[in-house]
Amino acid sequence: MTLAEPQTTLAVRCNDVVKTYGSGNSKVTALRGVDLDVRTNELMMLVGPSGCGKTTLISVIAGILDQDSGECEVFNHNFKQMSAGEKTRYRGQTVGFVFQAFNLLPTLTAAENASIPLLINGMKRKEAVERAQATLSRVGLGDRGHSLPAQLSGGQQQRVAIARALIHGPKLIVCDEPTSALDATTGHKVMEILREVALGEDRALIIVTHDSRIFEFADRIAQMNDGQIVKVVDSHMELDKH
Amino acid sequence: MLMIALKMLIGDRAKYIALVAGIAFAALLITQQASIFAGFTRRAGSWIRGVNYPDIWVTDQTMEFSDDLKHMSDMKLHRVRGVQGVAWAVPMFKGIIQVRLPDGTQKTVRLLGLDDATLIGGPPEYVAGELKDLRQDAAVLVNQADLVKDLSLPRDPSGRKLGVGDRIVINDNQARIVGIYRSPKEFFWGSLIYTTYSRALAWAPKERNRLTYVLAKAAPGEDPTTVARRIEAQTGLLARTNAEFDRATIMWMINNTGILPNFGITIALGFVIGALVAGQTFYSFVLDNLRSFAVLKAMGLSNKRVLMMLVLQVVIVGSVGYGLGLGLASVVGYTMRDTEIAFFMPWVIPVFGAVGVLVCCMLAGVLGMIRVLRVEPAVVFKN
Repeated sequence: MTLAEPQTTLAVRCNDVVKTYGSGNSKVTALRGVDLDVRTNELMMLVGPSGCGKTTLISVIAGILDQDSGECEVFNHNFKQMSAGEKTRYRGQTVGFVFQAFNLLPTLTAAENASIPLLINGMKRKEAVERAQATLSRVGLGDRGHSLPAQLSGGQQQRVAIARALIHGPKLIVCDEPTSALDATTGHKVMEILREVALGEDRALIIVTHDSRIFEFADRIAQMNDGQIVKVVDSHMELDKH
Repeated sequence: MLMIALKMLIGDRAKYIALVAGIAFAALLITQQASIFAGFTRRAGSWIRGVNYPDIWVTDQTMEFSDDLKHMSDMKLHRVRGVQGVAWAVPMFKGIIQVRLPDGTQKTVRLLGLDDATLIGGPPEYVAGELKDLRQDAAVLVNQADLVKDLSLPRDPSGRKLGVGDRIVINDNQARIVGIYRSPKEFFWGSLIYTTYSRALAWAPKERNRLTYVLAKAAPGEDPTTVARRIEAQTGLLARTNAEFDRATIMWMINNTGILPNFGITIALGFVIGALVAGQTFYSFVLDNLRSFAVLKAMGLSNKRVLMMLVLQVVIVGSVGYGLGLGLASVVGYTMRDTEIAFFMPWVIPVFGAVGVLVCCMLAGVLGMIRVLRVEPAVVFKN
């Protein structure tokens, strides 16, 4: 929550971010002046009740939703100051996504799904699929590159999604409920993989979750309520104290 | 990304087949109906094209098409022969007349009288006999195709067909079949029986004017069109080159028979049905894949590249569907080549069909494209 630290150590800096949906009587304020810093080499979890604005906040941070006011910088780049094309390009190079429902393309193989960010960034298909195969090996799916999503278990599909989020070396990975569709053991495994391969000195990981089973993997946890960050703690044990 | 677009399209087999089938159906209707229309227009002028020796057809100035039988005075033949640039000119009679067949059946036929001396204007192909056999006494030539239709013998218990040597009665005059010819199918109805000009005049009902056509040849080095205009200027008659007379007959058929709106409606229906089926299916395909497109956009795929993917999908569906539809139309046309169905597919029809299908596909794709371009990538986080 503080802006005192040097900018170079910050992956994300949000300052007084406001976002509303709709207008008139149906107007809903999803974010009410959110301040949040995420450091490099940090796994930040966003927790809170449904409808508190977690997903809206990571959408703004990932550059797929425009805030109404306030500033949000990702590695010192302000999406508000970019054109739509620049923002799309920057997002393609800098941000990786992991979704609750995996969102794999059902007609593509695991390797082809994982290769998509490289293809978006202009790499030739053959080379991209070869690299995807290698990335799948890093998440323990080296032998399932030719499988279609329907032929994989939920945990395997999420690992393909992680490979897809990592393959182009993004500085920021945002995950929306990455373990809620998985059993405890598989969820645990997925979190271990994420921590192992997604963090680095110039990278950061933001995870939105309701799943208290994975709180232990967080470096810090930001608790949201009613469109605001109500507290940021270093350990999930501290959440329980309040 | 284009390979991904292709896999997205083909991976959903049911929708892909429905899309291709919709476009194929549209292409089939458009090209097949257009080909039948072209076949009918071709038949309208087939008799004129068959009489290919003269360059110019001279008729009464009110005559609109080849079977609009308006006769002129015999003197007109001499006036045409007197025009500069005319190498030769011969008379031709064409009229409607009653025929009684050997089994007693009465038919109305078209009787065509060829110049006695030259027999110019006779049919080009013969199954039995030949053109010069018309010089025999009371000789006539009949069409092979008519032997099983207008000139069949329904009351003859033996089930036989008319043949060379049979006698028929034309307006109470005995006539003898000396030859059977073969000719391209005509749009205009009624058997066409050939005889000589003098015999035709003798058999036909008496009228003051009985010269139907003057067939003329332009002298060597003379342009037939120029000679035709000169004939018109000097005689007050209507003179048309083969191509002009052919075109005038086709245009009369198009303008006066309702054939164009009838085929036009079917072609338009094919277009509309194809666009609706393909449009609905493609839109449904887009809706099914909307999340995938949103994911791609969230991951940094620009709207321009998304649009390229969709255009590729539309082009693939359009090409495959059009190829199938055109192929099916061709097969239908080929299998019906010996039937009454007029089918003629000049190069312009596949081109016209391709444009029609392209418009179908663009209409089909545009709604889906708008939907994909408008989808916010943020929906990827909604479950």
